Amino acid sequence: MAVLVDKNSRILTQGITGSAGAFHTRMCMEYGTNFVAGVTPGKGGQWFDGKVPIFNTVAEAVKITAANVSMIFVPPPFAADAIMEAADAGVALIVCITEGIPANDMVKAWAYIQGKGVRLIGPNCPGVITPGAAKIGIMPGHIHTPGRVGVVSRSGTLTYEAVGQLTAVGLGQSTCIGIGGDPVIGTRHIDALQLFNDDPDTDAVIMIGEIGGSAEEDACAWAKDNMTKPIVGFIAGATAPPGRRMGHAGAIISGGQGGAEDKYAAMLAAGVHVVRSPADMGKRMREVMEAEGLI
Amino acid sequence: MKLHEYQAKELLRRHGVPVPPGEAAKTVAEAVAAAEALGGNFWVVKAQVHAGGRGKGRFKEVSDSAILEAVVAGAADVPGKGGVQLCRSMEDVRAAAQMMLGKTLVTKQTGIEGVEVKCVLVTTGADIAQELYVAVLLDRTNSRLLLMASTEGGTEIEEVAEHNPGAIKKVWADSVTGLGDWQCRQMAYELGLTSKKASRGAAKLFKGIYETYIATDATMVEINPMVVSEDGDVVALDAKVAIDDNALFRQKEIASWYDESEDDPAEVAAAKYNLSFIKLDGNIGCMVNGAGLAMSTMDIIKFYGGEPANFLDVGGGAGKEQVKAALEIITRDPTVKCILVNIFGGIMRCDVIAEGVIAAVAETGLNVPLVVRLAGTNAELGKQLLAESGLSIIPADTLADAAEKAVSAVAGK
Repeated sequence: MAVLVDKNSRILTQGITGSAGAFHTRMCMEYGTNFVAGVTPGKGGQWFDGKVPIFNTVAEAVKITAANVSMIFVPPPFAADAIMEAADAGVALIVCITEGIPANDMVKAWAYIQGKGVRLIGPNCPGVITPGAAKIGIMPGHIHTPGRVGVVSRSGTLTYEAVGQLTAVGLGQSTCIGIGGDPVIGTRHIDALQLFNDDPDTDAVIMIGEIGGSAEEDACAWAKDNMTKPIVGFIAGATAPPGRRMGHAGAIISGGQGGAEDKYAAMLAAGVHVVRSPADMGKRMREVMEAEGLI
Repeated sequence: MKLHEYQAKELLRRHGVPVPPGEAAKTVAEAVAAAEALGGNFWVVKAQVHAGGRGKGRFKEVSDSAILEAVVAGAADVPGKGGVQLCRSMEDVRAAAQMMLGKTLVTKQTGIEGVEVKCVLVTTGADIAQELYVAVLLDRTNSRLLLMASTEGGTEIEEVAEHNPGAIKKVWADSVTGLGDWQCRQMAYELGLTSKKASRGAAKLFKGIYETYIATDATMVEINPMVVSEDGDVVALDAKVAIDDNALFRQKEIASWYDESEDDPAEVAAAKYNLSFIKLDGNIGCMVNGAGLAMSTMDIIKFYGGEPANFLDVGGGAGKEQVKAALEIITRDPTVKCILVNIFGGIMRCDVIAEGVIAAVAETGLNVPLVVRLAGTNAELGKQLLAESGLSIIPADTLADAAEKAVSAVAGK
């Protein structure tokens, strides 16, 4: 079943009547994803496109529709609150697409969801897709192909680039997880690697990191002793100047830490198949899988 | 968003952090008046620029190039006066302000171009028995706020981390209840501040900078040095505060303090169109959608032997106007010898990008080669529009193809 989401996932959208929430819910539904509810305070009782019931609260939506995944498109000032609302309502998987949430708000929301048995993806991420089964997020569905390569990345379009390359070399994807470009995020590289390692439908993983923080190093330290599947790795930002925020709130080399070379070194130490050119991700994965007898 | 020292100190003062009295001045007369109002017989005049290393920095107008190069290289002792000057008379204050205001300060962090000083802070001196370092920041490894301190004040924390990591003490705030008073006391004792007055003063300062961090939506509050006097008074002698750009919507007063003269004019112009732009040293201008792909585009240009002129993320939902603005900003840079447009359409449709490119070229003309790579949503339609436009655009199919073509174009092949 790949990881995180599949055909049986029961999804709700928080912020379903906003322009981005409405547009992307429609796109995800066209892809065949199973949306069971929407939430917009004050619009409870209405229907979204005549197909999906809208509720005032996540708690009510979960009670009536048994939704177990929430896709969040709530504007930044209110998004951290939306994450906590979903966690409190018992949603098992929260995918927060919203970009621009104040870091202090996320520090609180992050603390709040600990111990509640909830998994958060994002924020500031493209979402999660299990090709052919469920698309929860803003990625273009048509570039994906069902298959056996897992993809985890902090970036949006760079993930599409990797997926496009995989599809071009004839490799499909089990699940693609965009973990987000913010300094405070729910699921990190290490968590995604663990999920893929335990997934019988994933044979290999593309791991895409970027400058800032040390999440890639932490994931590699774990992978070194525990990962049984091959990883192809790339780090974006080897040419980025220190002290500047490269678009993503979390992409900054500060105090001599978070640079690409340290991350590449951690990858090499963990036996990751590193590519220094972002154009080689798909090609290298094909070579690695052939060498390991996986295709 | 970075703040000037005088702005940072104003915020700290509001949250109970003791800072030396001082006033910002934009003219020599204001600086002298500020010193007179402060009274006493000792003042410090400090250039207000965001870059660090002000004290060891030197002014372009009065220094020869060998000295400036030594400053940029990080030399410890260079002759002359810098961006922080100690003054023992009104004449000294006047001379210091005159040397700084409207002049260009070169520091280790500014590079040889330096930055113009538009404002100075005139402040009283402090009695210094001990210098310490203290900061509040986000610890990304555990998503909690961290109070970090060291007895090696006056030194950059990165240096301490390298040479004497044991000197750095850390405590983490609870994300719901905040930083406990006991944690602040504990930190003071761990730093060896045992006198009642100094330990109390330090604990109060720690709490104050934590509260400043929370109340102002900071991403960093750094006091370096925090000084303790002979009789145990604790004060924040220097302060650096940066604010979370994502929280400026609710920090309206601080947002109004934004000093656009500190940023590259092209970056300021880009921000007005919601474009994320950073100027770099190379000659291949880039326009890309998405931060990760934009960084990767820079990386692959370098991989093929070229040098990127900028980072530019047009964002996920950019329209024709933004694409046009982005191209205009890139073409305004005279060092750009080729432009690479790399778009992987998701939400953003490649045909819309193509229309933006065509409109920009039609309106502004184009005197450098333009390589365009379109992939994803409506890529074929976009490519067709570009081909039919009659413009001399170099089409590329893949990321590698695009980078190679851009690098060759610069080389004149």
